Amino acid sequence: MPFQSTVGDYKTVATLETFGFLPPMTQDEIYDQIAYIIAQGWSPLIEHVHPSNSMATYWSYWKLPFFGEKDLNVVVSELEACHRAYPDHHVRMVGYDAYTQSQGACFVVFEGR
Amino acid sequence: MSKKYDAGVKEYRDTYWTPDYVPLDTDLLACFKCTGQEGVPKEEVAAAVAAESSTGTWSTVWSELLTDLDFYKGRCYRIEDVPGDKEAFYAFIAYPLDLFEEGSITNVLTSLVGNVFGFKALRHLRLEDLRFPIAFIKTCYGPPNGIQVERDRMNKYGRPLLGCTIKPKLGLSGKNYGRVVYECLRGGLDFTKDDENINSQPFQRWQNRFEFVADAIKLSEQETGERKGHYLNVTANTPEEMYERAEFAKELGMPIVMHDFITGGFTANTGLSKWCRKNGMLLHIHRAMHAVIDRHPKHGIHFRVLAKCLRLSGGDQLHTGTVVGKLEGDRQTTLGYIDQLRESFVPEDRSRGNFFDQDWGSMPGVFAVASGGIHVWHMPALVAIFGDDSVLQFGGGTHGHPWGSAAGAAANRVALEACVKARNAGREIEKESRDILMEAGKHSPELAIALETWKEIKFEFDTVDKLDVQN
Repeated sequence: MPFQSTVGDYKTVATLETFGFLPPMTQDEIYDQIAYIIAQGWSPLIEHVHPSNSMATYWSYWKLPFFGEKDLNVVVSELEACHRAYPDHHVRMVGYDAYTQSQGACFVVFEGR
Repeated sequence: MSKKYDAGVKEYRDTYWTPDYVPLDTDLLACFKCTGQEGVPKEEVAAAVAAESSTGTWSTVWSELLTDLDFYKGRCYRIEDVPGDKEAFYAFIAYPLDLFEEGSITNVLTSLVGNVFGFKALRHLRLEDLRFPIAFIKTCYGPPNGIQVERDRMNKYGRPLLGCTIKPKLGLSGKNYGRVVYECLRGGLDFTKDDENINSQPFQRWQNRFEFVADAIKLSEQETGERKGHYLNVTANTPEEMYERAEFAKELGMPIVMHDFITGGFTANTGLSKWCRKNGMLLHIHRAMHAVIDRHPKHGIHFRVLAKCLRLSGGDQLHTGTVVGKLEGDRQTTLGYIDQLRESFVPEDRSRGNFFDQDWGSMPGVFAVASGGIHVWHMPALVAIFGDDSVLQFGGGTHGHPWGSAAGAAANRVALEACVKARNAGREIEKESRDILMEAGKHSPELAIALETWKEIKFEFDTVDKLDVQN
């Protein structure tokens, strides 16, 4: 077989870190990931930013971290509220871990344009 | 009470075998696996080890009486049989804190694994574990940044980091080398790595490599929108040269440099680590030569000791083996020493080879690096074994992709993220590894081809150095 027909061209993609290489998640898949954050005892936190600034260290908080929030539905409705308020922004879901002062989970739920 | 000088040769056990001794919280404790010459009693062998690794010499000397030797001597306080081994035994030895210079791993090792390893009354000797007292730990700088700071700098959360060593390991020009770095990073890796034997050879001087790599990193960051790094190896012939290379990496705005802590030495490593903290640079640590020291089950130093020493000397990432790839290391032992790198307290657990409770205090954690003969099919096991605070490095498993390094990188990134996503969703990723990878391959031609390419490759050899258990 000629070389050209067996070698594909890898096209560079702009991604938003963790889960950036997976296809967009379904609603149920997103719920699973939020349930994981809650089950780990981490605080749900929602952040958003205009796409032109996506590499910044700080994205804006949506309200404050939802310290101690255990209700999946509350988190989901806040995600949607953030997306409605900033429809052109990236919105990401963070599992904030106060013990390590780090993020146990972090992934983009809505991609802005 | 004063003692009289009695010239001659005493048995070591008269002075250094003290079974009633209760170790102090400030003592440095060691567990040696001893195999004595035939006919030498265990207590005498163990006491000899305690003596020769602390204050003793073969003969009584008058000048001992100028000091209070009971305050300074190491003591063997316990002897245990080694399960499944008739000739070897464990000797537990306590060393007073004042035997060691503050913050000097070099000094600790020179004492503990110095002349004693050549001692004629021993056939073999192996340092299995050390318990560093918190009082000593607080005198060490430890990792220049640690896991949490590294995640914040690199903006990587909620998953293991992904890397790869540039291959071929020797012989590429600076520009060609930078090309391979660029391909890997644009394909989705977080880090690429200099091979350990890339220093500054005629085919590629270090300045030239650093400049092209910096170009590759900046370009790939612009194109992918993600933060990237390359472990620039600053291991050199002299410390001065090492610092010069590190300074240039900083000048280029690079986030991370690399050092070989055993061939380079603990003094150089501790110095470089301090430099890294001062200069906001991450430090990747390679472990060339370790297997010479740690692989023989009865002689040498166990890797868990070297790993503990590295955490104290300083490093943000350390190679630990892979369990599943081409290099030596069983699962329980590996889990035991990656705990020593990352946790703030590790309890005694013989099933993982940890002989002591180890309190690390506020010492930052070190990322465990799994590297060597791994490919996409290993991904679920690697995520399960190493967890998120690790760097998974696929060399041949990236560059060997039929479409090249960028596609190989993308395949690994897709596989990694699919495993993390599945784990978070509550799936058993090792049991369901095939399903998880095949599902992910449906959305990624790069992964589908990688799965096909490496489907038959396994490294099934028995481990040489196993945990001591009754057979």
